[in-house]
Amino acid sequence: MNIHEHQAQNLLKEFNVPVPFGVLVASGDDYQATLETLLFDKICVKAQIHAGGRGAGHFKKDLGYGGVKITSSKEEALDVIESMIGNTLVTKQTGNGGKLVRKVYLVEPVRFSQEYYVAILIDRNLRRPMLMLSREGGVDIEAIADRSPKKLHRIIIEPSMGLTVSQIKELASQIRLTTEQTQELSNLLLQLYALFIAKDCSLIEINPLVLDKSGHFLAIDSKINFDDNALPRHPDIVKLRDIEEENPNEVEALQYNLNYIALDGNIACLVNGAGLAMATMDLIQYHGGQPANFLDIGGGANEEQITHAVKIILKNPNIRGIVVNIFGGIVKCNAVAQGIVNAARATLLSISMVVRFEGTNVGEGKEVLKSSGLRIIFANDLDDAANRIVNLCK
Amino acid sequence: MSILVNKETRVVVCGITGKAGTFHSNQCLEFGTKIVAGVTPGKGGQVTSNIPIFNSVRESVTNEGVNTALIFVPPMFAAASIMECIEANLKLIVCITEGIPVLDMVRVSVALEHSNSRLVGPNCPGIISPGQRCKIGIMPAYIHRPGPVGIVSRSGTLTYEAVWQVTQQGSGQSTCVGIGGDQIIGTTHLDVIKMFNADPETEAILMIGEIGGSSEELAAAYIKQHVKKPVAAFIAGISAPQGRRMGHAGAIVSGKYGSAESKLATLRDAGVAIAEVPSKMAETLFSIYGK
Repeated sequence: MNIHEHQAQNLLKEFNVPVPFGVLVASGDDYQATLETLLFDKICVKAQIHAGGRGAGHFKKDLGYGGVKITSSKEEALDVIESMIGNTLVTKQTGNGGKLVRKVYLVEPVRFSQEYYVAILIDRNLRRPMLMLSREGGVDIEAIADRSPKKLHRIIIEPSMGLTVSQIKELASQIRLTTEQTQELSNLLLQLYALFIAKDCSLIEINPLVLDKSGHFLAIDSKINFDDNALPRHPDIVKLRDIEEENPNEVEALQYNLNYIALDGNIACLVNGAGLAMATMDLIQYHGGQPANFLDIGGGANEEQITHAVKIILKNPNIRGIVVNIFGGIVKCNAVAQGIVNAARATLLSISMVVRFEGTNVGEGKEVLKSSGLRIIFANDLDDAANRIVNLCK
Repeated sequence: MSILVNKETRVVVCGITGKAGTFHSNQCLEFGTKIVAGVTPGKGGQVTSNIPIFNSVRESVTNEGVNTALIFVPPMFAAASIMECIEANLKLIVCITEGIPVLDMVRVSVALEHSNSRLVGPNCPGIISPGQRCKIGIMPAYIHRPGPVGIVSRSGTLTYEAVWQVTQQGSGQSTCVGIGGDQIIGTTHLDVIKMFNADPETEAILMIGEIGGSSEELAAAYIKQHVKKPVAAFIAGISAPQGRRMGHAGAIVSGKYGSAESKLATLRDAGVAIAEVPSKMAETLFSIYGK
């Protein structure tokens, strides 16, 4: 799960990691009144969307600047706020459609002498948390890893010991910090690790962490992601979810335990299992088609879930056809078939559908579809299914 | 011989009284698996499908000589169940459960390193060895046939697809291992490839991977150095957009690391035959290996 920058900054503050002062304004607020409460005139206005690369992005209604703008007066700030909110921001992570800006974060700009990059994440090969720190903050981490991998320091954290002060001291000496700075960084990183563990984060990234003009560390911008699997034990984190930032079809799919991701093509896919779903998409692309979605109906999907799945994929106006690829194991082909029939009747389905069934109750499943009167094309195998649907959707 | 499981494998099912646990225990029993005990805390002393139920894994070891566990416990409690199996010193633990928190698995991994236990999964279909009549998992049994091909895969249904293709080509499987789609798993492609390489009954290997992580690349490095048996591979997710999680937590690509292209290039360099499309997994293997 993703949260906004202002929410991440608040969590850092809660864990005693120093962050600049900031307030949030949302569409419909009294921007002027909020600005008047600020004790500083220079204001950094930051668009709050669930995507990175905001500073280098551009607005659809072009403003001549990206999603982060430092203004020199409250008048200018008001103008920038009004121009950003309701406008659509396009960054390299949003896709061409961009994201509608509904909120902006007003932050006191900080003068600093040095930028760092800090992150905690899980190293899947070592199966442990890892802390990464680089003296080259401010730019994206892929660029650091590519350009100067030696400058990206890594600390592998032993879960039973936690992050240790001696590990931090060794790191601090490599990046040439003073004793006071080392002490401050040590407190900060220990707090960061405490947050990572306490809230089941999958990623904490501070970029940049800066040394300000008075020589203190400050987290200027941060990003926190949470492990979806652990959300049941963090009701406080679940409350931070901003559903408006997510694709409404994906949100609806989640309610029915369906794993749906909207894509740009015109062939809808309904598959059981993530691996087989990806393989089906690959094969569609191989035959010259474009998948409209990834949809894994999961391990134990029943008739009702399938009905919802079909309804959700039909909401995409771009689709020209549907391919169903089921290798029944726990999932039974006849349950999938009945779900399809129910959805087709409810939605007056009028587009092509190619179905490939194999595995548990395959015969019963085909029978349900045949006797339904729906116009369905049966495929013999995976390749046949992909080939047929691509030809139908040309 | 098969790998990991055989006719001597004695299985305890954790979470046996749940819906999935009961259904699949019966399926495994039907196939011939020696499921000799179940564990559900508080239900010790009861019997289900003629299988005695115990309150703890340790009791099942003492009473029934269990050496392997099959776990269906719900995600928020599954890590504790794996820990219990490690404490009881079980040789093999197969965890089917999907959705275990990653930090729980970090703790489990550390415990595994200090133990004699091997974990397969979580979030996996399990292990089957058709020739040994041993199925410890949720895969449909009828698609399998005893034979010389070892199959290792991160995915569930895509593994069934590969198995079915091998069977339809008139061949069969020595052992199939679903290692699971999560970020942190107990047994990797590399671990299984090493076992297949050492197993005289496995003559050829089919490896199925996915975008994300570097498990396939690590296996490729080993294959290049040590494996003389024919190996074919398919990598799913070439059409997936970057930075999105495609169902399996493992299947996230960022930048060029873990991309399908990088995996395919490394595997080709190791002499592995690449199936361009998922419908030709078995065909590709048999193009370099006469059945």
